[in-house]
Amino acid sequence: MAEPAVVIAAPAGAMRRSSGRAGYHLRRVPPVVWLCAAVLVMMVLCAAFAPIIAPMSPTDQSLLLRLKPPIWLPEAAPGYMLGTDQNGRDVLSRMIYGAQISLSVGLLGVLIGSVLGTILGMLAGYFSGSVDEVIMLLADMQLAFPFILLAIAIIAVLGPDPAGSIPWKLIVIVGISGWMTYARVCRGVVLTIKEREFVQSVRALGGSDNRILFRHILPNILSPVIVLATLDLARLIILESTLSFLGLGVQPPAPSWGGMLGQGRDVLETAWWVSTFPGLAIMLTTLAISRSGDWVRDILDPTLRSG
Amino acid sequence: MLQFLARRLLRAVIALWGIVTIVFIVMRLSGDPVPLMLPPDAPTSEMNRVRAELGLDQPIPIQYAVFIGNVLRGDLGRSIHMRQPAIDIAIERLPATVELALVAFLLAVVVALPAGLISAAKRDSIWDNIAMFFALIGQSAPTFYIGIMLILVMGLQLGWFPVSGRGQGSWLKPGDWSTMLWHVFLPAVTLGAFAMASIARLTRSAVLEVMRQDYIRTARAKGLNDIAVLVRHNLKNAAIPVVTIMGLQFGTLLGGAVVTETVFAWPGIGLLAIKSIGSRDYPIVQSAVLLVAMAFVFVNFLVDLAYGWLDPRIRYA
Repeated sequence: MAEPAVVIAAPAGAMRRSSGRAGYHLRRVPPVVWLCAAVLVMMVLCAAFAPIIAPMSPTDQSLLLRLKPPIWLPEAAPGYMLGTDQNGRDVLSRMIYGAQISLSVGLLGVLIGSVLGTILGMLAGYFSGSVDEVIMLLADMQLAFPFILLAIAIIAVLGPDPAGSIPWKLIVIVGISGWMTYARVCRGVVLTIKEREFVQSVRALGGSDNRILFRHILPNILSPVIVLATLDLARLIILESTLSFLGLGVQPPAPSWGGMLGQGRDVLETAWWVSTFPGLAIMLTTLAISRSGDWVRDILDPTLRSG
Repeated sequence: MLQFLARRLLRAVIALWGIVTIVFIVMRLSGDPVPLMLPPDAPTSEMNRVRAELGLDQPIPIQYAVFIGNVLRGDLGRSIHMRQPAIDIAIERLPATVELALVAFLLAVVVALPAGLISAAKRDSIWDNIAMFFALIGQSAPTFYIGIMLILVMGLQLGWFPVSGRGQGSWLKPGDWSTMLWHVFLPAVTLGAFAMASIARLTRSAVLEVMRQDYIRTARAKGLNDIAVLVRHNLKNAAIPVVTIMGLQFGTLLGGAVVTETVFAWPGIGLLAIKSIGSRDYPIVQSAVLLVAMAFVFVNFLVDLAYGWLDPRIRYA
């Protein structure tokens, strides 16, 4: 199979002529990264303080106020900044609450994927032999398969998470979608590290496998893992919203960005705002994450840094 | 080279076996399809008869063995609702998906390679910035959002393109090309956007990466102009990561087709899979998933071969 690590190894940001330590970079954060950070802080604030920030309830319906346009257009309903959907719910408030879902599913998914992938990758690299073969075979299998098909099949089989509960199934499915990338990168790093003198000397001194793996090898793979996780977060947010869009993710009436787009699609001809704004929110968030992820990679991962 | 080929082939076969197994497990987890196929008041004896007919009364390992044997013979059972061989129904839908994926892929490559090259050659110019801005958008926006926005602007507001369905006609008749292209354009842009963005960004950085190598400096030092350096000394070396990502992206396209086909009601295999999942028509879902996965594995295999051709060192890795 082709190596997906290439995808990470050479994106545009890696070309920046950067050198020196993290402190040096912090003093020279590009303005674009500040902007992305501001967007992300805003999204996190929206998620954390949705009940305070949102002007209206995300689920209260009003039959008299259905499909009202945003405030700057004629026939807008006062107080509904970005208009209302076909049930008369405030689009802006639903978007603010939607940040909760996108960010929490994305973050928990990244946590699951990175922990799983890191552990498996470390085991594969450290023990080699059949452990390695099996883990890498699993990775190959999953890479040999468009994950969205698998996700759709699993959710269709198990049924989506019930409305109003924490979407654990969705989180786990989103989480396992990307473990292979972590596993491959970690395996590669471990393969080179385990032959190095400092590991050999720990072993000579009688250090156990556990000690070597977690005290001496793990710290060395943390920064590539953090870099991968940052970049992966954007992908997971898109995956979650895609599944919600298809009606397989977060169930209504909970406000998820993907779900709002799915409902907005039905009224696209008469009310463009219902789907346009939540989509913008997804795009802005993933854009900000991947742009700052590139920057984090340039700083954190010396192996990917050039120059 | 032969050994390299054999090894890659073995991996492809193992990947396929894994997919067959995963499909089997997932589909068997989903419960009993028989009550869906019969009227609610059907007697138990009738239900058992249908179960036996479908082999659902056998123990799981036997079902699995039978399943593998059937897959090898290209027999994936009959559609539960349509009572036709499932693989036939899926194969019928394949041309639409292949058409969509190919057009999307060609579009992506045709736009992305020159864009990436120009970006690298004119680094930090206005063209570089514009191209990379769009690439960033293409990589960040979800497929379905791009699709919906294209429908909204190009389809509904401007009325330039149809918002759903596939053109009536055939690619074999040049007279039909305009209508076929007209229908496939928006779905193909939607599906290809991510690949386009990734290929453009990677081409740019791969070319820049090679640009820093010593032999490029040597080529420049002996007085070759920029274009000669780029074409003669850079492209083949820069092509390795680019070909890899193109292969990976083609697979992603096949997966993304599920979403794009749903957005545009494109009558391909993805739409079929989604609808069949809804009606619990396992054999069709199995066939659809297997066909897509096979195409994916096949493409990856080709990419591996191309890889070995471009960089002989890889053959012995």
